[in-house]
Amino acid sequence: MIEMKNVYKKYPNGIVAANGLSIKFNQGEFAYIVGPSGAGKSTFIKMMYREERATSGDVIVNGMNLTTLKNKEIPYLRRQIGVVFQDFKLLPMLNVYENVAFALEVIEEQPATIRKRVMEVLDLVGLKHKARMFPNELSGGEQQRVSIARSIVNVPKVVIADEPTGNLDPETSWDIMNLFEEINARGTTIIMATHNKEIVNTIRRRVIAIEGGLIVRDENGGSYGYEI
Amino acid sequence: MKSRTISRHFRESIKSIGRNSWMTVASVSAVTVTLLIVGVFIMIMMNLNKIATDLENDVEIKVLIDLEADQKAEDALQKQIKELSGVDSFKYSTKEEELNHLVKDFGEDLSLFKQSNPLRNVIYVKASDPQKTATVAEAIDKLDNTYEVLYGKGKIEKLFNFLNISRNVGIGLIVALLFTAMFLISNTIKITIVARRKEIEIMKLVGATNWFVRIPFILEGMWLGLLGSIIPITVVTISYVKLHSVLQPKLQGEMFQLLDVTPFIIQVDLLILIMGVFIGVWGSFMSVRKFLKV
Repeated sequence: MIEMKNVYKKYPNGIVAANGLSIKFNQGEFAYIVGPSGAGKSTFIKMMYREERATSGDVIVNGMNLTTLKNKEIPYLRRQIGVVFQDFKLLPMLNVYENVAFALEVIEEQPATIRKRVMEVLDLVGLKHKARMFPNELSGGEQQRVSIARSIVNVPKVVIADEPTGNLDPETSWDIMNLFEEINARGTTIIMATHNKEIVNTIRRRVIAIEGGLIVRDENGGSYGYEI
Repeated sequence: MKSRTISRHFRESIKSIGRNSWMTVASVSAVTVTLLIVGVFIMIMMNLNKIATDLENDVEIKVLIDLEADQKAEDALQKQIKELSGVDSFKYSTKEEELNHLVKDFGEDLSLFKQSNPLRNVIYVKASDPQKTATVAEAIDKLDNTYEVLYGKGKIEKLFNFLNISRNVGIGLIVALLFTAMFLISNTIKITIVARRKEIEIMKLVGATNWFVRIPFILEGMWLGLLGSIIPITVVTISYVKLHSVLQPKLQGEMFQLLDVTPFIIQVDLLILIMGVFIGVWGSFMSVRKFLKV
């Protein structure tokens, strides 16, 4: 469902962040992307929802080739995947409910369906009672849960997360990880870039290590493998 | 786009005005101040233009007819004048009527002249383009049976010259002012949108199309323009109605008049409104454009 073939990415400033990446993810998988800072993890993730375009090679998501995808079509790609960011990226002027509903308004969903779906996912992430609060009134962990709710509200096949626990304390990080596991248990593919050694070593899943724009290790049930 | 999405955009744009209240205040006051200046200026310029036109239209050519001309010759002359190009209208006046006018203006003493009227029959001619009065007068002068053609030679050239210069200066000032207004307002709107560039980026990352992001901002710009034109419209309307009621009685019977309150002030109000809305919409559109490339 997600496939990269010989992907190469060079930024205008000359940095090569992907130097011939080839990989395949199957439906329902849970994969960690690990590696030192500046190794190309973020670029790897960003190429999957076309925040960055590969310089050459193919990135295929749900049958769409992102290397040749027109700018006009990007919104339709992003509606098929959920993305969770390290800095949450919530709309500050919208409350919790509205932030989650936004992803459904974008696809012009029926108002009744929007209400129902939003309340369902807010219940799932345990924030139903804070639906009317604004992002700046929430803790970091709560904000990340809103952002996860938004990423899954239109039932995507895959959720991509770029260091979702990077800004959170250890305890909250575990809550967030439990949430991701639950989402994965429902059949959603999860691809997560992370620096969190403890999590990777405890919740054993597929581990893909990237260094210098290359995949140096890809093992199921692997360990973090780096000393921080 | 579905109708519920359109109503969603309207709802969002109004909500956003409330939630970004400080930005709203900043933009609206910028719009208010500039539109007020533009409105007052247009009001003054349009009236000066009206006065200039009145003065121009007051210019007429006085054709004194030869004493020897009989009825037939006078009719022929009138016909010839009528057929001249550039003649708008003409009015024949007998020497008796002329004398009556003089008596009315300068007193009964002059009625003595009724015994032997020294005046001549006259034709008053108006040029269709006042600025071409001299040309028309020359053409009339060449016709038979004219004794003298008078039109204020020398004086009207100076007057027209002066009026033309002031008109051009006025138009130049209005254009310059409009550009300044556009720049000022769209700049203020730009600042408020730059502050929200992260929002635009996030919306794009969640799968919003460019128009989905753009429309609420454009609508918001429209509201800002509407809100910003309220005070200028009120001030301009009230002050013109006042000014007109004070000045117009004093100008009664003068060569020039102010523009009537309606439809003039309604036109100015509409112009202010349209400018406010247009600048708001345009400013938002241009400012959002830059941040949509995510």
